Order: sequence, then structure tokens, then C-alpha cells
Amino acid sequence: MVPIELVLFAFLIATAAIIAMVRDLLSAAMLFGIFSLLSAGMMLLMDAVDVSFTEAAVGAGISTVLILGALSLTDYAEKRSTQHRISGKLVVLATGGLLIYGTLDMPTYGDPAAPIHNHVAPEFVAGSRNKLEIPNIVTSVLASYRSFDTFGETTVVFTAALGAMLLLGGGLPRRAQSGTPDDAPDERGES
Amino acid sequence: MPRRSIHEVLILRVVSKGIFPFVLLFALYVQFHGDFGPGGGFQAGVIFAAGWVLYGLVFGLTELQKALPPRWVEIGTALGVLLYGGIGVWSMFAHGAFLDYNVLDHHSTVHGQHRGVFWVELGVGITVASVMIGIFYGFAGRRRVR
Repeated sequence: MVPIELVLFAFLIATAAIIAMVRDLLSAAMLFGIFSLLSAGMMLLMDAVDVSFTEAAVGAGISTVLILGALSLTDYAEKRSTQHRISGKLVVLATGGLLIYGTLDMPTYGDPAAPIHNHVAPEFVAGSRNKLEIPNIVTSVLASYRSFDTFGETTVVFTAALGAMLLLGGGLPRRAQSGTPDDAPDERGES
Repeated sequence: MPRRSIHEVLILRVVSKGIFPFVLLFALYVQFHGDFGPGGGFQAGVIFAAGWVLYGLVFGLTELQKALPPRWVEIGTALGVLLYGGIGVWSMFAHGAFLDYNVLDHHSTVHGQHRGVFWVELGVGITVASVMIGIFYGFAGRRRVR
């Protein structure tokens, strides 16, 4: 029997290859959603349920809609590039090769002697049960042990949205200008 | 066959109207059950936003903004961060360090931790949901520029 991981990996690679080749951006957006769903499956098999959850919700859900929203403002077909640079392919291959080379130094997956499992993790695992009494260790690490980091992340999300809303106008309603393509900047600057 | 707008497809309207409350309910479950099961503020915020985005896709941006005005979304974006930081300030007023949840309950540090995690996750959830809906408003509210 073929392990499910191999099947998922094969599908992941196939999806990535098709995304790279396809010219229709609508198909690419849909394939990105499938790619995210497959990665969510991979995370689930690695027992990283929270990461898998996030990947499925953000990657396959929201970001697909946002890419489609962006596509509706532009063209659906990728511009065919006239020149095929060999240097670009070389850079991609070299980066990929270096990344694979880097993984050779990593401890094997699930190795209990790996450094990550022997630094602060035992304290977190014990503390989450005894001091915090929160069964989901991910939540106790994110929200309590690493609450400064999470505060920073929330602020980053806030700042990113601030920039996007200032650039895009925050979806403020603009009706009653039928027909005229408005390329003027947003009138309401208060967002 | 004439091309119909997505807003006119009856099956989509009926089905999405049926799904919509359950998506929001599931988001609330993920939000408030994050201590015990997978999930937390971030995932809950995204699912919550996805529910509203579904509503907006099927019924149109105007209908969505009638139900959820852009002004509220803007306020929510900041409110979540303020809530998170406010918990930190609260713990400082309770003679602890910034974001030290142990002092949030007089009787037990465990309850203090639970209280802190609950409100902090709620802050994350509010900000993430508002941000996602806000960015969707940003894209959907624009017209094609040539």
C-alpha cells in the first residue's frame, strides 16, 4: 500500500508544476486553492492540526477569494514573455538545490533528540498542563508563553490592513457614478 | 443561454443563506473552544470573515455593506489590537508585568491565565476578521481601471 504522504506529495508537486505552466490566471488561482488544501492535508498528517486549520482557512478560503477579487480588476491571461532568460532558471535551480542541501543537516522528522524538543519545549508542555491547565498546548504557547510575539503579530496584521485600506480605499461605497471609470484617488481620506 | 449574474442564481442564494449562520457559529466555536481543541483567534477570525465574504459574493457588496458597514470594520480592526494591549495594561494595573496573566485573578493563577488567554484570543479574532473583511471590501469596492 502506498503511504498517503507520498500521494499527497505527488499531488502537491503536480499542482505546483501545473501552476507554473498554466497561462490562465483564473485556473492558477483555483490551483493555488487546491495546493493549499493539499498542504493542509500534509500538516494534518504531521499532527499540526492548528497549522493545517489555518492553511485550509486562509490559503484555500480567503486568499483564493482575494486573488479572484484582484483578478476581476485586471486581465485573466498572463502576458506571454518574449524572452526566456536562462539566468532566472539557474537562480531558481540553485536556490532549490541549496534548500534541499540545507535539509540534509536537519534532524529526522519526529526525532525526540532534536534540539527543538530539548530547549524550552518540555517546560511548556508540562506548564501547559499543570500551571495553565489549557489542554491545547498551541494555544497556551501562542497566547500566554509567547504573548508578546502574538501581540506583535496582531499589530502586524493591523498595520498591513491599514496600508491596504489606505491604498484600496477600504471598500467605501461609491455609487451614483455610473459609467465613469474612476481613476481619481479616493475622495474619502478619513479611513 | 444568457449569462446570469451570480446574484440571480437561486440555488446559490438559498444554499448560502442556509450555510451562512452555521459558518459564523462554527467561527464562534473555534474562537471560544480554542483552549481545548484546535484553533484560536486567528482561525476563528478568518472563518468568521469567510462567512461574510460568502454573503457578499452571493448577495452583492451593497447588501453586505448594509449588514456590516465599512465603518464598523474599520473600528473592529483597531478594537482587537486595543483589546489585546488593554489586557497587558490591565495586568500592569494589577501589579504584574505587561501581559502577565497570573495576576488577573486574585484567587488562582490558573483562572487568571484562562481569563487572559480568553480576552487576548478575542482581540486577535476581532482584528483578523475585520482585516479580512476590510481587504475584501477594498478589492470588491473598486472598479476595473483600464
